[in-house]
Amino acid sequence: MAGAGGGNDVQWCFSQVKGAIDDDVAEADIISTVEFNHSGELLATGDKGGRVVIFQQEPESKNQPQCRGEYNVYSTFQSHEPEFDYLKSLEIEEKINKIRWLPQKNAAQFLLSTNDKTIKLWKISERDKRPEGYNLKEEDGRYRDPNTVTTLRVPVFRPMDLMVEASPRRVFANAHTYHINSISVNSDCETYLSADDLRINLWHLEITDRSFNIVDIKPANMEELTEVITAAEFHPNQCNTFVYSSSKGTIRLCDMRASALCDQHSKMFEEPEDPNNRSFFSEIISSISDVKFSHSGRYMMTRDYLSVKIWDLNMETRPVETYQVHEYLRSKLCSLYENDCIFDKFECCWNGNDSVVMTGSYNNFFRMFDRGYRQDVTLEASRENSKPRSVLKPRKVCTGGKRKKDEISVDSLDFNKKILHTAWHPLDNIIAVATTNNLYIFQDKLN
Amino acid sequence: MFERCSKSWRAQRSEPGGGADGDDSLYPIAVLIDELRNEDVQLRLNSIKKLSTIALALGVERTRTELLPFLTDTIYDEDEVLLALAEQLGNFTMLVGGPEYVHCLLPPLESLATVEETVVRDKAVESLRKISQEHSPVDLEVHFEPLVKRLASGDWFTSRTSACGLFSVCYPRVSSTVKAEIRQHFRTLCSDDTPMVRRAAASKLGEFAKVLELDYVKSDIISLFTALASDEQDSVRLLAVEACVSIATLLPQEDLETLVMPTLRQAAEDKSWRVRYMVADKFSELQKAVGPEITKNDLVPAFQNLLKDCEAEVRAAAANKVKEFCENLPEDSREQIIMTHILPCVKELVSDTNQHVKSALASVIMGLSTILGKDNTVEHLLPLFLAQLKDECPEVRLNIISNLDCVNEVIGIRQLSQSLLPAIVELAEDAKWRVRLAIIEYMPLLAGQLGVEFFDEKLNTLCMAWLIDHVYAIREAATCNLMKLVEKFGAEWAQNTIVPKVLGMANDPNYLHRMTTLFCINALSEACGQEITTKQMLPVVLKMSNDQVANVRFNVAKSLQKIGPVLDSNALQTEVKPVLEKLATDTDMDVKYFAQEAISVLALA
Repeated sequence: MAGAGGGNDVQWCFSQVKGAIDDDVAEADIISTVEFNHSGELLATGDKGGRVVIFQQEPESKNQPQCRGEYNVYSTFQSHEPEFDYLKSLEIEEKINKIRWLPQKNAAQFLLSTNDKTIKLWKISERDKRPEGYNLKEEDGRYRDPNTVTTLRVPVFRPMDLMVEASPRRVFANAHTYHINSISVNSDCETYLSADDLRINLWHLEITDRSFNIVDIKPANMEELTEVITAAEFHPNQCNTFVYSSSKGTIRLCDMRASALCDQHSKMFEEPEDPNNRSFFSEIISSISDVKFSHSGRYMMTRDYLSVKIWDLNMETRPVETYQVHEYLRSKLCSLYENDCIFDKFECCWNGNDSVVMTGSYNNFFRMFDRGYRQDVTLEASRENSKPRSVLKPRKVCTGGKRKKDEISVDSLDFNKKILHTAWHPLDNIIAVATTNNLYIFQDKLN
Repeated sequence: MFERCSKSWRAQRSEPGGGADGDDSLYPIAVLIDELRNEDVQLRLNSIKKLSTIALALGVERTRTELLPFLTDTIYDEDEVLLALAEQLGNFTMLVGGPEYVHCLLPPLESLATVEETVVRDKAVESLRKISQEHSPVDLEVHFEPLVKRLASGDWFTSRTSACGLFSVCYPRVSSTVKAEIRQHFRTLCSDDTPMVRRAAASKLGEFAKVLELDYVKSDIISLFTALASDEQDSVRLLAVEACVSIATLLPQEDLETLVMPTLRQAAEDKSWRVRYMVADKFSELQKAVGPEITKNDLVPAFQNLLKDCEAEVRAAAANKVKEFCENLPEDSREQIIMTHILPCVKELVSDTNQHVKSALASVIMGLSTILGKDNTVEHLLPLFLAQLKDECPEVRLNIISNLDCVNEVIGIRQLSQSLLPAIVELAEDAKWRVRLAIIEYMPLLAGQLGVEFFDEKLNTLCMAWLIDHVYAIREAATCNLMKLVEKFGAEWAQNTIVPKVLGMANDPNYLHRMTTLFCINALSEACGQEITTKQMLPVVLKMSNDQVANVRFNVAKSLQKIGPVLDSNALQTEVKPVLEKLATDTDMDVKYFAQEAISVLALA
């Protein structure tokens, strides 16, 4: 049963937990995005306080071969600050909505981070040398008597303790009227897109003063507005293809070769609604909260409120696979509507070889679906079983009449504990799961 | 931080007896060197820009052994500092001891060639290309070529992209074995994993082809060109179009058909509009490169397709090239090709749905009249010009009007004037002030083309109306326009038509209009000459010194200062001086200030 994740018999063990232990959660500490870089060596998180924390995987230690390198803080920096738009009398939150790593181009690492309005390109670099030697002052800053300067001294670089610096390289601002929900780097490595509720813009990574609007679904009359863009992503290797999902549960695929403006999609993925399940909430729960291409580029995965769907890019009429994340909530939609949980935006991710997908749920549960073995598992991110290398026990929510031992009843689920953001190491079975203000790292048990 | 120090040091130095005279030159250099690592970027930048001064003071030996190793390690700095450094090093040969030691500059430039910032890398490559010429053939093989190889096989794409720009400078000067290696390296980079490197290779393909022996162009370059032109990334394919121009120029005519044309045809019909756009954008160059025969057979239909492309960006790019393409057609069949193949497409573009396409066309279409001659222009082009003059988009109309001179030479402007006038009037009254501004700027040109009579009859009123526009920028432009008109039509014309109207505005109830009178006088006095200025303008200006609005009064003072040099000394002393003296005692601060300024500038005190 614990098989989901990497095929056969992967047992997930606790590895690390980051963040404060106390239950008193500061708003600014709430994690708002989690993202591994392309090698998996670095893991970035963004929070509501506008900070980005980067963790680096330590090299494997020879003493404990069963324990792969742990992730330790590599760099922390304030990416965004709260701002005020005086023209519109609007506060702009500093919350980091998304982080995307750029493919590595030299010894330094680069990432894009965005809040609601402004995207920034950050460089994270290491420095292990510093210059020494002044002509007119001592190394400690005291000025030398200028009369004693009789020869010129050229400074020399000397080794020093490793210092990691994060520096802002570009600021891409003033292009979005609505809130940015997605950024995605193109496989051509020179452009990226940013999507807000109604528009998608295309940027060149080196040009900040201009972007091209490629999708605009804003109706002439805002009263006719029926759907918004919820997420957008570039295809992993076809530089001309991107998709965007909507609040109506559709995904549109656009080909940038066909035209400069991509308002006309070239494919639209949509599953006809099941008339039996129709209710007041149908439209809300069909809204797509995340879309992700598989690493291979053949499939894409979408997450709506209750399910994860896998689509073959060659079939628009229905998904090839559908996984129920927490079907037991279907009867609870009314109260979830009242407490606004129904509008939670759950994200989803693929494992390295596209065989397993993962997404979050409530009560600090997260789910994995093994596509080949058609197996699924519910795991919990909790302090209680946070002993190093302790195996995570699968959890079960009682759906039928009688509750069995080890099962949790739907009514006792804690809806304040939700896992919205998860990330999977691109190569290994290592996952990062963000609960409210804690980041859990789990890995498979090596025998 | 350091600033403070340098000031105190200067203070000490100025004291009698302070400091040893012999070290006078040492101090500023010491400051420069220390500021190389100042916390303030601006100071670092300043020091880097004076790197040659530092090197000169250190001498060639210490520059090589101390300064350059330090600079090699400074790649952590800000982009602007690195950019300045990369540029400086390109001119450093003499400072390290001449060509014999020029290879010492390679390590810092090599590290600069791997940074992530494109501008810095490009500048480093530029400097490397420059100093490659200063290497002896031996040094080139011993020092420079290994650097190119290191960059070409670097781990990071930044170094590999930089390598692409260096092959062509060393290739001609190395032995044939090394040449073979270079070709191999270039081949490898053309099929690099990352699109960035393939783009760099594609953009240098043409340049590299130029230094290669023709046989290798045919055997090596063509296959690379074909591969890049069918790359999966359209950002790579579009760069192959540019290479196509250089390659086609190198090959003998008989080989073009088999080696280049299949790829070019494919690019013109590429699935991606960006590639087709590139073909349209480079069309004139392509046309020259492939010669008249291929142009007739292949490029004419290709051009027609581009003019009819489904993507507006492509049509606009092609429309921009209509005139140049037609001009460069072989003379014997030019007119026939234009009339039967190009003109029908152009006609369609006149009513295109996209305004950028129409305005691109409008900016060149008038040029066709010189090519087609009087009769064809009247019969075929004139209706198109007239249609565009009535276009709903102001930019289209403006583009036609701004190019009127081309038609004037061929058929005279009278043919157009009937349609021209309503178009001009409409633009002159456009709700967008930038449109009004644009048409004002063409007024002197139009006046020259249309002649004084037509102008007086139809356009003069417009020019005067702009003077009381509610946007200052328009009033200002209108003033400047009047000056240009007077320069064109002469002082007598000004006296009869413009000056009375301008002076009439001095009594306008709106003080802004009264000020416009002053601004016009400032602009016109010189062009109108002493007589008109003294007799007509000066009395009005002087009278306005009693205006109840202070802004008008101080502008009177400014105007008097401005027109003073045109007046004779008698008028200055008897008329200007008393008024300025009165204004100098005005109750308003600004009026006083400008009156006093005028008095001192005109030397009336």
